[in-house]
Amino acid sequence: MSLQFNNEQMTEFKSLVARYPEGKQKSALLPVLHLAQDSFGGWLPTEAMDYVAGLLKIEPIEVYEVATFYSMYNLKPVGKFVFEVCQTGPCMISGSENIIAYIQKQLAIQPGETTKDGMFTLKLVECLGACGYAPMMQVGKIYREHLTKEKVDAIIAEYRMQAIAQN
Amino acid sequence: MGVKLLLEKANVPGIRTYDVYRREGGYVAAEKALKEMSIEAIVEEVKKSGLRGRGGAGFPAGMKWSFIAKPEGVPRHLVCNADESEPGTFKDRYLMEFLPHLLLEGLLISSFALGSKDTYIYIRGEYAWVAQILEDAIVEATKNGWLGKNILGTGFDCMIHVHRGAGAYICGEETALIESLEGKRGNPRIKPPFPAIQGLWMRPTVVNNVETLAAVVPIIKMGGEEYAKIGVGRSTGTKLISACGNINKPGVYEIDMTISVEDFIYSDEYCGGIAGGKKLKACIPGGSSVPILPANLLLKTAKGETRYMNYESLSDGGFATGSMMGSGGFIILDEDQCIVKNTLTLARFYRHESCGQCSPCREGTGWMEKILQKIELGKGEMSDIDLLWDIQRKIEGNTICPLGDAAAWPVAAAIRHFRDEFEWHINNRALSQTSNFGLQHYADPIHVPA
Repeated sequence: MSLQFNNEQMTEFKSLVARYPEGKQKSALLPVLHLAQDSFGGWLPTEAMDYVAGLLKIEPIEVYEVATFYSMYNLKPVGKFVFEVCQTGPCMISGSENIIAYIQKQLAIQPGETTKDGMFTLKLVECLGACGYAPMMQVGKIYREHLTKEKVDAIIAEYRMQAIAQN
Repeated sequence: MGVKLLLEKANVPGIRTYDVYRREGGYVAAEKALKEMSIEAIVEEVKKSGLRGRGGAGFPAGMKWSFIAKPEGVPRHLVCNADESEPGTFKDRYLMEFLPHLLLEGLLISSFALGSKDTYIYIRGEYAWVAQILEDAIVEATKNGWLGKNILGTGFDCMIHVHRGAGAYICGEETALIESLEGKRGNPRIKPPFPAIQGLWMRPTVVNNVETLAAVVPIIKMGGEEYAKIGVGRSTGTKLISACGNINKPGVYEIDMTISVEDFIYSDEYCGGIAGGKKLKACIPGGSSVPILPANLLLKTAKGETRYMNYESLSDGGFATGSMMGSGGFIILDEDQCIVKNTLTLARFYRHESCGQCSPCREGTGWMEKILQKIELGKGEMSDIDLLWDIQRKIEGNTICPLGDAAAWPVAAAIRHFRDEFEWHINNRALSQTSNFGLQHYADPIHVPA
């Protein structure tokens, strides 16, 4: 098996499982899938799900049925930065459609697609609980709010710089 | 300025940290509850306070607590519902983000009262940074002796654990939340048995909303009776309202439920009026699931009386002419908003979030979205309106959990109050693609029956 948690990730795994009583380790499945997704390149290949099933001593199907139910788990590879733009009512009435169209134009991709350089993925999502700060999107673990075209440009530039700095 | 019980200290610099929270009078209520009060006395204060569940259903919290079964040798659990996902609602996020220790203090007192030694905060997965704030606060509280073994020498052990969800509106429903906490798909359970009898891991469980549990702190501090004096009627205490949409000052506000809807929208202390000097067309006052009201029925009831921001007044007139307090997600639509389009985005939301367990919801939400899409794209027919009405009626009340109702109500209310806007879309297919129906008569004073 090539996919495995490193020591640090394994410590995190153990602390997640320790939050639930003996024998109820399946309860850690959602948090552990988050950890796996963060650890293995932003998505969950079958191999990763099977690995998690083994760690939690449950059947692989128990992992698949959960991974396919929740919208935060990516079952296909995604770009380095995923723009998850809210399109539900409150964001819509605050102009999310213009922002979505603008991101599509700037990145030259449609919702669900990833840029050719593997840098950005655009996803349309439902309400993220930031209605008062609309329009907004989630990028990784943070929210980018009060979006305008200028702000979108700055955010794209910011992540490009970040990628360069990391390389 | 109205009474502030929850957000009073929200702007104190550093209030997120234990030291500042403690210095500002934090954990005094927890000390009082654990050291000076019996379990029965705490439950009694919560009952006397009249506190109603702040998640949306408005069920009396003290009564919910009193249902918990106490079989010998079986652990009990308190679960904090922080899965805030109802469109228009972002108050719990605010509370957790800025006052994490207020929630922890409320959780500690409530865990003590319910006998929960392992208490869980189920937080929606997208609030990842908020989950981290809570984790940090738990470390601080543990270090300072408020969590862990033998708290304050009382012999009570308690740990609070953060559990991140992964993107599913349905997990805000308490039995779906419990399933999810057990590492499964968020499919709601059939009740009975109720969670108070068999909940998490089939153990007696109480699930309460973030704001509800935070409110336990001022209730213990001031006493249930004093708390109940704030507000009006059965709308006691304060309520957090998250206001959004076309207003000048979107944000989270704490109100004492005696303010009128009109004052809430137009006063500078709260929403600050409609953005851009436009006119108010409609409002969804309690999160996307509750009925939308046109401006005239929002500001005044059908009897012509002033409508207030509380449970009773917002629901005055039932669904025919009223709405609901719901979660406090207050969404304002100005004169340029299209009701068909707004309803379509909500229908899409519910189709996306239906867990698929019950046929009326799984199939019905998809059909409602398709038909609304058809009307929105200028391809609707007059019979589509009746078809929509028929579908929503067949979903409502026919599903295991309230998501079916939540999906049906917005469609029903949009047709009930804005039927002529739907008809206009259908009669003016081409025009509807380039312009809106606008305000029309929706803000006109309503007929007051003699």
